[in-house]
Amino acid sequence: MNAPLLDAPLLEARDLRLSFGSIRALDGVNATLWPGEVLAIVGESGSGKTTLLNVLSGRARPDMGQAIYRDPEGAAHDVHAMPAPQLRALHRSDWGFVHQNPRDALRMGVSAGGNVGERLMAQGARHYGSIRDTAIDRLRQVEISADRIDDLPRTFSGGMLQRLQIARTLATHPRLVFMDEPTGGLDVSVQARLLDLIRSLVARLGIAVVLVTHDIAVARLLAGRILVMRHGQVVETGLTDQVLDDPQHPYTQLLVSSVLQA
Amino acid sequence: MSGYNFAYLDEQTKRMIRRAILKAVAIPGHQVPFGAREMPLPYGWGTGGIQVTAAILGQDDVLKVIDQGADDTTNAVSIRRFFARTAGVATTTRTTKATVIQTRHRIPETPLRADQILVYQVPLPEPLAKLEPSRAETRQMHALAEYGLMHVKLYEDIARFGHIAISYDYPVMVNGRYLMSPSPIPAFDTPKMHRMPALQLFGAGREKRIYAVPPFTSVRPLDFDDHPFRLIRAPHPCALCGARDSYLDEVLTDDRGGRMFVCSDTDYCASRRDIAEAAGEAA
Repeated sequence: MNAPLLDAPLLEARDLRLSFGSIRALDGVNATLWPGEVLAIVGESGSGKTTLLNVLSGRARPDMGQAIYRDPEGAAHDVHAMPAPQLRALHRSDWGFVHQNPRDALRMGVSAGGNVGERLMAQGARHYGSIRDTAIDRLRQVEISADRIDDLPRTFSGGMLQRLQIARTLATHPRLVFMDEPTGGLDVSVQARLLDLIRSLVARLGIAVVLVTHDIAVARLLAGRILVMRHGQVVETGLTDQVLDDPQHPYTQLLVSSVLQA
Repeated sequence: MSGYNFAYLDEQTKRMIRRAILKAVAIPGHQVPFGAREMPLPYGWGTGGIQVTAAILGQDDVLKVIDQGADDTTNAVSIRRFFARTAGVATTTRTTKATVIQTRHRIPETPLRADQILVYQVPLPEPLAKLEPSRAETRQMHALAEYGLMHVKLYEDIARFGHIAISYDYPVMVNGRYLMSPSPIPAFDTPKMHRMPALQLFGAGREKRIYAVPPFTSVRPLDFDDHPFRLIRAPHPCALCGARDSYLDEVLTDDRGGRMFVCSDTDYCASRRDIAEAAGEAA
């Protein structure tokens, strides 16, 4: 992989604010994501994690504030000022989005290979053989055997579906992937295997990840840095181990102490 | 016929349809919405085509109507008689003599000229409809020329069947910009649309869309570099006229497995037989 530019943040949130009626979903959120790092956003349900993810990825518009994305050439773009075609192109190439429910992202009536190849074809790939080779390669990366390439997603198990979704996202070598509870809804052993896979892929391919999760253990395993949210505000941020081992804010202390020990 | 306006539709409706046609010609392959009227025939029988024909028909026009290539099927006969009665225009079955040809499911074998107009009856104008259920989303895909999804369908065909198995309504790119449904004509006919000298108009009555391919416009079938578009034709000569270049219908002749292949374009077949007969008499 080419070395990421380390001198400038990849994605930067500046004083993001968004209200739904009287509820402040985002209340002055600042965040930075550096190339190749995994940033976890944790907090309880309704704390604004998913809203922040949607605003950062341009899927929702903030009332105030900016999200700045730096492209591979180093030029800065305001995600919400970008023309729609450009943002859509970004979502198809440099960015990826992994949903909690893989059925939201995958085309269930299209074979695994077609699902992985869709991003390539959207970018203009018009050679069947090379699309198929890339699809086989991506499936292998997520530990799906090549002979499942022509099977429909509905014949896949939940864990396999989630891995297929990741393969589809990786088709175009994205630099930045947004993940919304990628391990939610999976049983514990499948979860562990998926986390292991995500960790090694992210490290090997040098992908930057914004990860939303309510599971502290997932954050500890995957993320380098962590951002704790409550009532639309960032209450604590820092290195994951530091924040989780020595939480300063009372809410973070509560969050960490409420994890069940197996 | 008294009590009816020329060609059935009132002049304001024709004016509205002509405006839609002009816009469609100006943006080749783009679907233009129009206020389709109730017509005295059921949806699916050519309500779109018949409105386009009514809007462009003049007193001196000569009309030909074909259905699956044939001039003598119910749909073709009814629509031809409809315009003979409501507009009093001359009708013909000869492709070369017609100025306006309304068609369902075929393009005539005889190459069309610049002074002719071909009107297609279209059931489903949106080529992406089967892949993307949201009409708002398909409109956006057209606006941004994001047509990767159509290739996913072609990919699936190759993965499943080893070749692109779309035998009719083969998706085409018009003028290098808009993805278009050519109406359910056989894939065999799509190359005839490319740089055709005649104006091609498409009317979808139930879906209320009109689109067009102006004369001499590029119309290219979608394909992959390593799986190019191929013509599929039954490997037989026509049993009546012996043509080896025309699109064939398979006709069952008895209940013991008897069958024959004949030209689907009845006028093409008949004129070839006339020529052969004349040559036989002269010899």
